[in-house]
Amino acid sequence: MSGDTVSIAISGAGGAGVMTAAQMLLDAAAKAGFYGLMARSSGPQIRGGEVAAFLRLGSRPVECLDDRFDVMVALDWLNVERFAGEIVLDGASVVLCDADAGEAPERIRASGAQLVPLPLQETVKNLPGGRMNMLGLGLLTGLTGLPEDVVGGVVAKGLKKRGQEVLDAGLAGVRAGMALVAASEVPACRLGSSPPAVAPRWNISGNEAAGLGCIRGGIRFVAAYPITPATEILEWLAPSLEKVGGVLVQAEDELASINMIIGGSFGGTPALTATSGPGLALMMESIGLAVASETPIVVIDVMRGGPSTGIPTKSEQSDLNIALYGLHGDAPHIVTAARSIADCQFTAQWSVHLAEQLQVPVIVLTDQSLGQSRAIVDRPADLAFIGRREMPVAGVTGYQRYALTASGVSPMAIPGIPGGEYIADGLEHAVSGRPSSGNEDHSAQLDKRARKLELFDYGDHWADVEGDGPLAIVTLGSCSGPVREACARAKALGIATRLISLRLLAPAQEDRFAKALEGADRVLVVEQTHSKQFYRYLRAHYDLPRDLKVLSRPGPLPIRPGEVFDCIKAWS
Amino acid sequence: MTALAQTPALTAAAYKSDYRPVWCPGCGHYSVLSSLTKALAELGLQRENVAVISGIGCSSRIPAYTSVYGFHSVHGRALPVATGLKVARPDLTVVVAGGDGDGYSIGGNHFLHACRRNVDLTYLVMDNQVYGMTKGQASPTTPADWDRSKLTPHGTGVSPFHPLAVALAAGANFIARCYAGDPNGTARVITEAVRHPGFSMVQILSQCVTYQPSQKEWKTTVRKADVTTTRDAVRAARWLMADDGLSTGVLYIGHRPIYRPELQASCSVDDLESGFVV
Repeated sequence: MSGDTVSIAISGAGGAGVMTAAQMLLDAAAKAGFYGLMARSSGPQIRGGEVAAFLRLGSRPVECLDDRFDVMVALDWLNVERFAGEIVLDGASVVLCDADAGEAPERIRASGAQLVPLPLQETVKNLPGGRMNMLGLGLLTGLTGLPEDVVGGVVAKGLKKRGQEVLDAGLAGVRAGMALVAASEVPACRLGSSPPAVAPRWNISGNEAAGLGCIRGGIRFVAAYPITPATEILEWLAPSLEKVGGVLVQAEDELASINMIIGGSFGGTPALTATSGPGLALMMESIGLAVASETPIVVIDVMRGGPSTGIPTKSEQSDLNIALYGLHGDAPHIVTAARSIADCQFTAQWSVHLAEQLQVPVIVLTDQSLGQSRAIVDRPADLAFIGRREMPVAGVTGYQRYALTASGVSPMAIPGIPGGEYIADGLEHAVSGRPSSGNEDHSAQLDKRARKLELFDYGDHWADVEGDGPLAIVTLGSCSGPVREACARAKALGIATRLISLRLLAPAQEDRFAKALEGADRVLVVEQTHSKQFYRYLRAHYDLPRDLKVLSRPGPLPIRPGEVFDCIKAWS
Repeated sequence: MTALAQTPALTAAAYKSDYRPVWCPGCGHYSVLSSLTKALAELGLQRENVAVISGIGCSSRIPAYTSVYGFHSVHGRALPVATGLKVARPDLTVVVAGGDGDGYSIGGNHFLHACRRNVDLTYLVMDNQVYGMTKGQASPTTPADWDRSKLTPHGTGVSPFHPLAVALAAGANFIARCYAGDPNGTARVITEAVRHPGFSMVQILSQCVTYQPSQKEWKTTVRKADVTTTRDAVRAARWLMADDGLSTGVLYIGHRPIYRPELQASCSVDDLESGFVV
């Protein structure tokens, strides 16, 4: 156990219900007043294969996985070695496995973890309708000391639709698991006393949080094409939009989705699509159209391993370059990055606000490890960001869609407003919207589109800046959780650091960054890419001290708090 | 009296902008523009309630020559832009306009899915069997032996695409062919197409006098179809496959349901959050 949290890995054959058991454990921990995080790992197979769930439960908010696991429950050994790199075990770890499943794989044995073979299959066989995953849930209930009635309540809620027989078998499985633990010599891994829940908590995934943030920001039209790991945003949005008077259209491809949302937004409805790397690449041309025609849209990119099909089910931050620089021509646009599961809501909602306010496309970067993970979080504060588009009044005379205003933002007419009729155009245009290839119009419109992003006041939301130590750790997205935890560990040793996690990547905030860095003489950059994309971005836009190190690694292995902490310690 | 009755009807000319088209003298697109504005006048639509959406190409320049709302988007994507607009704003009249390259080549996938999705759009394809804006290359509807392009000096060697047969197979519910040389007939068909609920496919033979000068002969070879509108898809398919592509008229009207999601709120955003509460 690391401090006040317990880390648990559950692995088993796909379809064995590993994810269900893990979700129930997370739900039960939440009901019992704990915080927690649940991440998932799976191969490319649709059914079968091997899956693993990673949980970290504790009495304080959890933003990332720990360095290692206290407990592993292996329902079988099938392809478990596929996760060897992700399931870090050591001499203090306990591995509960099936006594009849044969010898543990070499890498598990070599970890030094204490292996505890238990009669799992045999117990399940003797339970009518017994399921391995419910037995596993019982093992973990016993180990963590979660109240049986709370776990039972969660199981009842999850299985009641499937009939009394299934429910009874599930509950019997949980009790049998608890009994196995009680009768064994397994060291307990108690969660301790739960903190009193002062405010209502949520159990939410990053993808759901992003969807909710968008609806809160005003999004009412979504067009999208399914892609891992962004699909859950769409699956949550489709029924939710319907309830609030919006609509989601499943498009024929990403070229269609991006252009459909441009059409919807042209009609005055705040519009969004969500995708991942390959889809984002397909959308690039039309994101440029949204820049040129000044049509507000939001594109959420849930990053996965690339290039090409890459590693669709696992996380990486390597779409940073295409998000920042993938558009042809001089095409100022906004790029934001969510820095935690809960922050997916904040960043998405803020991004909708920015898109509508500035009539510009916003690319929101999240990643698989945020999108497909669930966390127990305090209910996020209500945000005031609502997309508000400046529009001309009905009956306006002499309307000029692309008028050169001081702010760079010109009122945008929407169909139905008499007098506002104009043609939105991807061709360079004069202030009226009339196509123009003249140098003066081109320069004036380029200036206007750049100016509106440069002059806007993004406030404090551009980054999270915490601490004022001489060592600044600059990071983004899902690396922020491990960095924050590493900073806390350093602080406990008396090492002062400062964390700078950028939420606004483009346009770059040179002055704010310089101010945030004031007094820091060293910078550690932390990111999850192979080619140090974030470091290169920082070098391109900001003044950095000479004393600079980079902790960068491609996916799928997450950056762990311990390795960030090691860097800090070695450098202090 | 309703507001509609109080607004004066507009003439066809009121739907035209004062921009001078980029088209060559003799181009069929001029008369398509006239037909479109005549149809809008006939339909009595207010300018602010109409949007003309296009992609890229000679014919795709048409929105700027109208005085309604419009979007001149990117190559091949007129149909998705229009689909998004119409689904989000079902109160608007949305006309999509473009050429054969834009619609059948780079935008081919959207053409298939627009036909089957059946959103209430009117799609005008000004087919001149050539890419004019890039100065004369073969398009999907160019005859296989057309050898006047430097890009395909021996002809394309590829059979031309049959847009109306494809539209029928993909599920289009309103299929018509017109000729730019008959602007009044074309205006009547566009009017009918706009009134038709759901996706309406209107192929307009619109001559390119610059790169396909032989299309001047359409004046004598294009004629009214020798059949009346059918509601029988099998009959329509048989007729389309036997036709030489020069017969005009409304050839098929089907009865598939249209795609028009309801945009009625049944709960508040706060209610959505209840699903996340522990």
